[in-house]
Amino acid sequence: MANEDIQKLTIGKAINLGLRRSMEANNRVIVMGEDVGKLGGVFRITDGLQKDFGEQRVLDTPLAESGIIGTAVGLAVRGFRPVCEIQFEGFIFPGFDQIVSQVAKLHYRTQGKVKMPIVIRVPFGGGIGAVEHHSESPESLFAHVAGLKVVSVSNAVDAYWGIQQAIDSDDPILFFEPKRLYHSGAMRAEVDTTATPDPLFKSRVVRSGDSVTVVAYGPSVKVALDAATAAEEEGKSLEVIDLRTLSPLDLGPVFESVRKTGRLIALSEAPSESSLTSEIAARVQQECFYSLEAPVLRVTGFDTPYPPAKLEEHYLPDLDRVLHAVDRSLGW
Amino acid sequence: MSSPEQWTHPEPGAGPAAEAAQPSPEQVIAGLRATSEGGEELTQLLTPEGERVHSSQFDPYIADIDDEALRGLYRDMVLVRRADREANAMQRQGQLGIWVPLLGQEAAQIGSGRAMRKTDMAFPSYREHGVAYARGVDLKEVLGIFRCTDHSSWDYKEHGFHPYCIVIGNQVLNATGYAMGQKFDGKVGDDDGEATITYFGDGATSQGDVHEGFVWAAVYDAPLVFFCQNNQWAISEPTERQSRLPLYQRARGYGFPGIRVDGNDVLACLAVTRWALEECRAGNGPVLIEAFTYRMDAHTTTDDPTRYRLSDELEEWKLKDPIERVRAYLARNGGADHDFFDQVQADADAFAEDLREYCFNMPEPPPERIFSNVYAENSPVLDAQREEFLSYLDGFAAAGEH
Repeated sequence: MANEDIQKLTIGKAINLGLRRSMEANNRVIVMGEDVGKLGGVFRITDGLQKDFGEQRVLDTPLAESGIIGTAVGLAVRGFRPVCEIQFEGFIFPGFDQIVSQVAKLHYRTQGKVKMPIVIRVPFGGGIGAVEHHSESPESLFAHVAGLKVVSVSNAVDAYWGIQQAIDSDDPILFFEPKRLYHSGAMRAEVDTTATPDPLFKSRVVRSGDSVTVVAYGPSVKVALDAATAAEEEGKSLEVIDLRTLSPLDLGPVFESVRKTGRLIALSEAPSESSLTSEIAARVQQECFYSLEAPVLRVTGFDTPYPPAKLEEHYLPDLDRVLHAVDRSLGW
Repeated sequence: MSSPEQWTHPEPGAGPAAEAAQPSPEQVIAGLRATSEGGEELTQLLTPEGERVHSSQFDPYIADIDDEALRGLYRDMVLVRRADREANAMQRQGQLGIWVPLLGQEAAQIGSGRAMRKTDMAFPSYREHGVAYARGVDLKEVLGIFRCTDHSSWDYKEHGFHPYCIVIGNQVLNATGYAMGQKFDGKVGDDDGEATITYFGDGATSQGDVHEGFVWAAVYDAPLVFFCQNNQWAISEPTERQSRLPLYQRARGYGFPGIRVDGNDVLACLAVTRWALEECRAGNGPVLIEAFTYRMDAHTTTDDPTRYRLSDELEEWKLKDPIERVRAYLARNGGADHDFFDQVQADADAFAEDLREYCFNMPEPPPERIFSNVYAENSPVLDAQREEFLSYLDGFAAAGEH
């Protein structure tokens, strides 16, 4: 195997390389958004793409999210495969109308005649010390909308493959990227670009254990894994599942794990009410009622707007809150 | 499940006429609303009295419209109006859940619709039945939307006519993206050029999406005609609630041409739209057309216009009827005789009868249709939900056998 087939990449670099591969493979793939061209995006995820693919394949758009999504719809109707970047998740709401009313429903409205192969990349989540609207977790809003698919990557390997798989899909996909891990050295991983990737819409057990199951996605997977390492020192064995796909939810591995451990903690930065963790809790009690040794517990952000960043260390679920939940579950 | 029979509608005339609906002289002068004229800059080629007005700029765009072609445009408008009235009646009879009348806007829709080439694409709102007809869409398929058996079933590629858009203004951005794609595909700047046209109303001009569409189309030189049918009313809100200046003048702020055309003049609508589409195909970027017209009926069949507008306004616009002026012109100049007009009326009646019969016998979609085509690729969660529901329904069938 040639050395260049395996590259050690951060999540950010992995997405950049994945975008590049997709653009090389299909000249109908276009990247569009605010500042994605010359600047390479506010997080530099699209760095170098415009230089290599030109201004017509990497569009520095006017500053309006509905415009980005709404024109992507028309480009998709024309046969392009747009990849839209929303700079921060808190700015997606001006585009929400187009996402919900057109992106999600055109295929259904036309009985399949109109395809919507659109990817909307959404840097999301907290922990970067940002001002308001730059740290939110709105993924449940999109998972609730029929016609959309939603995924969230937690590591460089999934980031590299996931973005290419999302672009290949004929369905519209919200691609939630854990922004605080974009450039994390700790999250660098070897990406084998010749490997056969896991399917995009499958969750995965990322650490085996038999005391308590912890299911997480995106930036929370690292928190769950750190908690598992800490718990191990106390003799508790956590099984960690990376959900990966938020819509459609792939809860099979979660059910299987809960049948083994009897306990589940659903972990997410998003507020808890009417959220993905709510859905997971409901479905697990429905499918695993006789296997549960304790109620499903949730460790989440609070049902508040995202607080000023000086308070985010209290707001964001961390290792200690997960371990506290583990203790509660085991103490039932 | 809601059925058309369960929809309720206010009785016409139930509310008081709003005195404030009368436009002030200043509003008329500003061209925001006019009951007799569309302002000095109105492009008109056929007066309400059926007199031909000549224009050095636009006459060349209708040089091919001889008497036969004009009879065709007349027939188009009569058929579309007849279909519209039939659908309106069918709604009143509970056969349609709702109807969106186009009465009064036949010239704007037929004129602009007939201006397009096969390879052009139209992005309509929800009142563009006349454009649909001009693009070869079977109005039976349009009826399906309003009988609630379908959302938009026609083949958009075959007809160059995108699905209806119910959300105000969304389609303007979608059209902009499509037009950008035409340009990216190199379909601009030569004789085989393509263009896009999008339809929206005066009310939609207040939507952010329309503004963003203007911005995008301008900065990307998209081959896009913004066709605003200013029918004076956004449900009950008059045009002056949307703008302080005539809508066509807004184009200047975005850096492309804006033009006001008599929306009740099918020749002017045809000529101006052809001109605008050619501008687009030539690579000169977008054009805004404000078709100055009037919605002669309600916004939809759930609406009661007697609550907010005055009957004298309606009476004045009746004098500017888009069909009567063509009839007058043809009759006066020997372009058509009584037999022609009688035949068109008979054709229109047959057209409506065919629609009615189809509507009454329109099959209801099967329950599994609920689940079909939510996604292009399957979703295990949805597949499971469908199987569970169909199994549940099968339980009733099995019970019925005993």
